[in-house]
Amino acid sequence: MTSGPGLAGAERPAPPASPSSDGGRRRWRVRRSPRTTPRSTLTRGAGLGLGLAMTWFSLLVLLPLAAIVATAGENGVSRYLDVLRNDQTWAAVTLTVGQAALVTIVNVVVGTVIAWVLVRDAFPGKALLNVVIDIPFALPTIVAGLVLLSLYGPKSPLGVDWAFTRYAVFLALAFVTLPFVVRTVQPVLEELDADVEEAAASLGAGRATILRRIVLPALTPAITAGAALSFARAISEYGSLVLLSGNKPFATEVVSVRVLTFIENGNQASAAALASVMLAVALAVIVLLDVVQRRVARRG
Amino acid sequence: MSIEVRGLNKSFGDFVALSDVNVSLPTGQLTALLGPSGGGKSTLLRIIAGLDTADSGSVTIEGVEATHLPPQKRNVGFVFQHYAVFKHMTVAKNVAFGLEIRKRPKAEIAEKVDELLRLVHLSQFAHRLPAQLSGGQRQRMALARALAVEPSVLLLDEPFGALDAKVRKELRDWLRRLHDEVHVTTVFVTHDQEEALEVADEIVVINEGRVEQVGAPDTLYDEPANDFVMGFLGEITRLGDVLLRPHDIAVSTAAVPDALAGRVTRVLRVGFEVRVSVETPQGETLVVMTRTHARSLGLDVDAAVWLRPEPGATTVPAAGSSLVR
Amino acid sequence: MASRPTTPSRPTTWLLRVIAIGYVFLLVAWPVGLLVQRTFSNGLGNLTDALGDPQVVSSLQLTGVIAVSATLINLVFGVTVSMLLVRYEFPGKRALSALIDLPLSVSPVVVGLALVLAYNTRDGVLGPVVQGVGLQIIFSTPGMVMATCFVALPLVVREVVPVLTEIGDDQEQAARSLGANGPQTFWRITLPSIKWAVAYGVVLSLARAVGEFGAVKVVSSNVANRSQTATLLVEAKYQNFQQDTAYATAFLLILVGIAALVVVALLRPSNEK
Repeated sequence: MTSGPGLAGAERPAPPASPSSDGGRRRWRVRRSPRTTPRSTLTRGAGLGLGLAMTWFSLLVLLPLAAIVATAGENGVSRYLDVLRNDQTWAAVTLTVGQAALVTIVNVVVGTVIAWVLVRDAFPGKALLNVVIDIPFALPTIVAGLVLLSLYGPKSPLGVDWAFTRYAVFLALAFVTLPFVVRTVQPVLEELDADVEEAAASLGAGRATILRRIVLPALTPAITAGAALSFARAISEYGSLVLLSGNKPFATEVVSVRVLTFIENGNQASAAALASVMLAVALAVIVLLDVVQRRVARRG
Repeated sequence: MSIEVRGLNKSFGDFVALSDVNVSLPTGQLTALLGPSGGGKSTLLRIIAGLDTADSGSVTIEGVEATHLPPQKRNVGFVFQHYAVFKHMTVAKNVAFGLEIRKRPKAEIAEKVDELLRLVHLSQFAHRLPAQLSGGQRQRMALARALAVEPSVLLLDEPFGALDAKVRKELRDWLRRLHDEVHVTTVFVTHDQEEALEVADEIVVINEGRVEQVGAPDTLYDEPANDFVMGFLGEITRLGDVLLRPHDIAVSTAAVPDALAGRVTRVLRVGFEVRVSVETPQGETLVVMTRTHARSLGLDVDAAVWLRPEPGATTVPAAGSSLVR
Repeated sequence: MASRPTTPSRPTTWLLRVIAIGYVFLLVAWPVGLLVQRTFSNGLGNLTDALGDPQVVSSLQLTGVIAVSATLINLVFGVTVSMLLVRYEFPGKRALSALIDLPLSVSPVVVGLALVLAYNTRDGVLGPVVQGVGLQIIFSTPGMVMATCFVALPLVVREVVPVLTEIGDDQEQAARSLGANGPQTFWRITLPSIKWAVAYGVVLSLARAVGEFGAVKVVSSNVANRSQTATLLVEAKYQNFQQDTAYATAFLLILVGIAALVVVALLRPSNEK
């Protein structure tokens, strides 16, 4: 073995005189993901930070949410189910889920169209459209209700009065969820390579085929994420409905309003029972988003 | 010895990055850690700098036991492949950073920054932001920044890896000249054998987490410890049961004793050299020769030739090797 | 861009354009415009009347106090959690990363209810503890701050995490190798690199905090001049048939929202440079 001046050790199990015997060792090892097991790399300061952050997070979020679940289960399964089986509650649930689903479908279609127009079209005023999209996020929900009342309420210049009807519920939900699909699809559409579409075109694909086979599949994860966010938001909406929908039982009362009524009547157990169902939906959406994101990340 | 590494082991999950590595690097030398990507050389450098921690083993820098010292207490300069410039600071501020951290007097800092920027030829860019510099200029700035704190060792992780070929060559020469001027113990990581052979006083070849060989560039080239080192430092081919360099083969057009008979299958001219593929009973052998030599032999496809190692050629046994095509 | 193979034909382009603009106009632009118009139906009268109403002024002050406190808390929490999520490995990291987003999809009413169930002094889980240290949370300002913190919790984290991930830790390692310790590295290197993302998260947090309604409504005693925020006041005034005051206050809140949008739009380009 040729040994340089600085080589102190580098002992090897097999003498290099017979390279055939260690031929197996020379095979390239496959580089696995460096961190397969959760392993802490926290320094002392970071550990302290994590402790404080987790304490605050627990006090603010985890413990109160756990209190809901505990209160909901306090009186046993049958009372829990009774709350959900109550006719008025059930009407609120079907209305909320139905309108939220409807709004989500509209968002998937119109939101994708808006994102497309913002990315691929060019016309004067596009920048303004881009800013207006964010207004629903920037406005307080109670103001959103008031704003919608001005066009669709009693003194409407359109001559319609949808206040206190199901249309009002739809409008409110559509307003507050408008940006979700647009803002998740837009960046993905922006980053879609023109090459891919050109490659498809050079292979003989027509416009419709490219849209269906190339563009839409690339957008699907973003559309799914946007739809999930907008469904979750619609299910849980409260503020924009207060002034607009009238909260009429069996007609325009949504789940959030029902929960608030329970709270105001001092019926915390029922409020918690219904709230726990909404929490479960929220958690399901979080899990769905996590799965979608991981799938996208894997695809790279 | 400036850096002493003893019995170093490091794994990421079930991937072994370093396995029982022992290296001693003398003061004032320019050393290259050479090896294929993923072979552990960057990990070794980062452990020396304290940016990664070893699972076991020890690191001593200038006689100080440094194994458990955080990076900011080791007094090493580190230069990153992607420059790691502080984007929000001007060039001068970048270079001054380490001195400001050490709370040196303002005048001293200004003087030192000035001197270093002159050394790396960036004086006229002192007040620019790094975004306005080219890749090569950024890396020179990063070097000045690392040198500002007068480190006991300077560590460079693939310093020219992100630059294009021409700038890389320039900076390589420049690093060699800079080292001759500054004389700080320098270790750089590279996967480019040409870079290592050209710049380094000494090369440590690392593969699959192990040190394969340590030596001066000529030693490694002429006396490789094994087929891996030989294959990594230059082209090799197989002749019978030995491995050797394709230009170390003597070709004759008439039978000679101890030579292997074969038939030319392909003749390819690349610039001034000619690459001849010869089919022998024991497999294909590649021979490289000058154009004049090939012409004088009159080699053509299907010609019968006899091959044997040139006298004094470096050879290693070929059995079991998977490195030759 | 117009040369892409998927560029639609002219009629389709126009159809899509009309759908997009029409939908946004009917749902957002026109209604907001109408409300602004109604605010100024008597010139500046509505606004000056509203700003002369002590109830309005005190509600705006309360909203200011709550929004600023909640945003400061979220700023510290958000930056800390972002650093932890991006720069460190620890057990439970993935769960924390997913749970951080939870507040965005929980109904504000449920948020309020959760805080009431946990902290009310009568039968809250932590009620006795809270009372023991002489603190009142529910039906008091701390409760409203907590509710506001809850709903705006992920906003800073969501802005900072991608930027931290993108800039990588090269610069921080370089600083460490040059002798900087943890705090020095954070203040001199990390924070300047993420400052625009932090600012963006703060603006979003602030806008969300100013506008919070449902969660605050549940935990507030909603007493005029004392525990009524601006959004609660809009509801109360509207239902009391003082619609002009409601419009004027709503207009002020819209201004805050639009201002936030403008600041964000200005921050974005400098952030991406």
